[in-house]
Amino acid sequence: MTGGPLPKSLDDTPALGRWISLAEPGRVIIASGKVELGQGITTALAQIAAEALEVRLARVTLAEVDTDRAPNEGFTAGSQSVEVSGAALRLAAAQARAALIAVAAARLGVDAARLGCDDGAVLLDGAPSGLDFWGLAADVDWGQPVADAAGVRPASAYRVVGQSVPRADLVQKRIGGGFIHDVDLPGMAHVRVVRQPFRLARLERVDSDWLARRHPGVRALSKADFLALVSDDEYAVHAAHAEADRFVRWQEVPGRWQPAKAPEGMVAAIGAEPAPATCTSTIAVRYARAHIAHASIGPSCALAQYEAGRLTVWTHSQGVFALRAQIARCLGLDVAAVRVVHAHGAGCYGHNGADDAALDAAIVACALPGRPVRVLWSREDELSRGPLGAAMSAEISAGVDAAGRVAAWTMHVTSAPHAQRPGMGGYANLSSAEAMDGAHLPREVADLPEAAGGGASRNARAIYDFAQEVRVAIDTRSRIRTSSLRSLGAHLNVFAIESAMDELAELAGADPLDFRLRHLSDPRCRRVLAEAAEMSGWAGAQATGEGVAKGLAVARYKGKGAWLAAVAQVTVAAEVRLARLWLAVDAGLLINPEGARSQIEGGAIQAASWSLKEAVSVEHDRVAAFGWGSYPILRFSEVPEIETRFIEPPGAAPLGAGEAAQGPVAAAIGNAVARALGARVRDLPLTRAQILRAVAGG
Amino acid sequence: MTTSVSFHLNGLAVSPDADSDTPLLFVLRNRLGLKAARFGCGNEECGACVVEIDGRARFACTTPLSALAGARLTTAEGLPDHPIGAALLAAFAQEHAGQCGYCLSGILMAAFVLLRANPTPDRASIIAALDGNLCRCGAHGGILRAVERAVASLAETAP
Repeated sequence: MTGGPLPKSLDDTPALGRWISLAEPGRVIIASGKVELGQGITTALAQIAAEALEVRLARVTLAEVDTDRAPNEGFTAGSQSVEVSGAALRLAAAQARAALIAVAAARLGVDAARLGCDDGAVLLDGAPSGLDFWGLAADVDWGQPVADAAGVRPASAYRVVGQSVPRADLVQKRIGGGFIHDVDLPGMAHVRVVRQPFRLARLERVDSDWLARRHPGVRALSKADFLALVSDDEYAVHAAHAEADRFVRWQEVPGRWQPAKAPEGMVAAIGAEPAPATCTSTIAVRYARAHIAHASIGPSCALAQYEAGRLTVWTHSQGVFALRAQIARCLGLDVAAVRVVHAHGAGCYGHNGADDAALDAAIVACALPGRPVRVLWSREDELSRGPLGAAMSAEISAGVDAAGRVAAWTMHVTSAPHAQRPGMGGYANLSSAEAMDGAHLPREVADLPEAAGGGASRNARAIYDFAQEVRVAIDTRSRIRTSSLRSLGAHLNVFAIESAMDELAELAGADPLDFRLRHLSDPRCRRVLAEAAEMSGWAGAQATGEGVAKGLAVARYKGKGAWLAAVAQVTVAAEVRLARLWLAVDAGLLINPEGARSQIEGGAIQAASWSLKEAVSVEHDRVAAFGWGSYPILRFSEVPEIETRFIEPPGAAPLGAGEAAQGPVAAAIGNAVARALGARVRDLPLTRAQILRAVAGG
Repeated sequence: MTTSVSFHLNGLAVSPDADSDTPLLFVLRNRLGLKAARFGCGNEECGACVVEIDGRARFACTTPLSALAGARLTTAEGLPDHPIGAALLAAFAQEHAGQCGYCLSGILMAAFVLLRANPTPDRASIIAALDGNLCRCGAHGGILRAVERAVASLAETAP
């Protein structure tokens, strides 16, 4: 027994048989509501189940997440999959094992204490009993609720958990196949959607004659302001879509778009605001980032088929159940008439165009009953027409006292919305829903609640011991659609907090590491800081303005996830060159160490890319379609050497790690750049233009 | 204009029927059922569609079928049958290289072309060969280690 409360997933889906099936001889099929996003969750969850059942990993398969069968575990987001779904599967597998042993004991007429198991074979006093799990499974009550009663083995006895098992799904992906993009359904129609150039743009004219002459075999299909091109041949529809501006005209209808109501300025006040009178020196500074594109390397894709009154949609969405409800609502179908099945997509890093593409496919499938349809987005649409990561700013007013301690700290965060996934706030939040009917435009937008880790408020509370006043406001005035991008507000909030800590350390004449430790009682946080400092050879206060420098930052993701300290080494000449990163991480127990390292280092490189290069260009509150040429991301020649060290405190539970690096890496780079340059850049990304501006202003 | 263009694909002679201006990527994926070359941008900017044509790394998304008459092509489907390809695949598995995997087939092909031309590249050469391939997951470190591991394993087995 673990003694804690049951994972929420087990309250929602208690029956043992919904999590584990031994119906197929020699195989264990496990179920989860969490989906593979390239983060390796398929492998990590299989490891957890194999460990608890004491079977070889090769026997365990994770079933595809299908709304007809899978437990509903909400969105695969917020680094919660191992923590939540993993905990549910661990208990379910342990209970299944206990139930199977109990059946064996009854059959053999012996005390269960004399029985053990090895890869599904039941042992009596350590010798084969002739029974195995699959021969016993029929006698188990699979309807029994999973409780926390079976006992979970101590980590010291683990054989599968903690091993760096290679990802089975990558075998096929390396040599072709494995993605939703690769599925061919017989007689499939190929579809490209001509997206509205801005929200609530009116479809004024489609020149079908021109289309028919120029692209025979491609036809247009529209529904209000939704416009799809359909063909038997993918290249034909691809080529027609590339020329859409030659036969499609859009119109702005003044007053049609109205901003959503913003939530009341939320106050996440923590402690009393100390009297600024005690401060001997202060800062009042503003940090910001622009909108950032999720920029998946594989454009969003979906398949759908409407047959005999039932719609099936295949998607790489992060939340198939929420998507099912919104597709049903947008198309006027009963939820029971819609089945949504997850298939692997390219990495999404949050709420990108995946759900939008699923509705696109569903609309066209319903218009072509019986015919399977496949929608693929263009590169430009993938970068510019899906939800973007929210632009944000954080204003910090703070000061230090004569003793060199922080004596005042106020942080005001203003952010575009982070929480506009399908169904959130009661709205569809799907691009083509708005195109079919403007009434789907959200009228109110909320932030994610603190219990869910917050959105704009994520990591707005500094990890330090001093009193803080924190305010967070959601700015809904822009018509640009934004939603969850990996780590949500934590990227900018941690960048702001940890940059300000360096600015305050400088005022206090203290080394950035010493200054942080002065305000830090959390032992696990102190530990990762010390490790990162040791790994990087952190040598106290360094010269500034020399063009080469190190910077340091730390945070605990969401205040309750993994701790991560980062040290960055940069060279600043015309451009910033990130040469090295040292990362010290405490994510508790590691299920798959290489998988965790891949998540941390991948997150670090992505955060470096956001922070050094990425900003979506906005003019007149519109995003013009753009490609990789105008939205560069970090390349092989630009990625740093990374050294990562994991700290695994004995007995510590696993903590989500996939987003822990985003904030600390951004801030460590910012702090290194400030030291190398002798001037601070507070607006991300740290491009040549921003640096010239900072140097001129500084 | 529909023409039949003949070329060698992973060691086999093929003559797919398609308009001669159809990009190779659509021919591979939709006519020949080979899914390793992937659509990423259609504009030579990401490398997800890279294949080997007559010893050089090429973007399948912009190479028209008409340019392939008599050519010898390798796609990632053909890697297991080639010693260098097999070494790369094994090394990528051992190094846990890649995260979502969408970019991997194009990166493997760029590495394959490099190692066929230069069996002992240094890290700078590997980086230069892969610099036209984007990876959004940040899996670059493992991928570079994997290519280096393949180089080392091929050196061990070389006569």
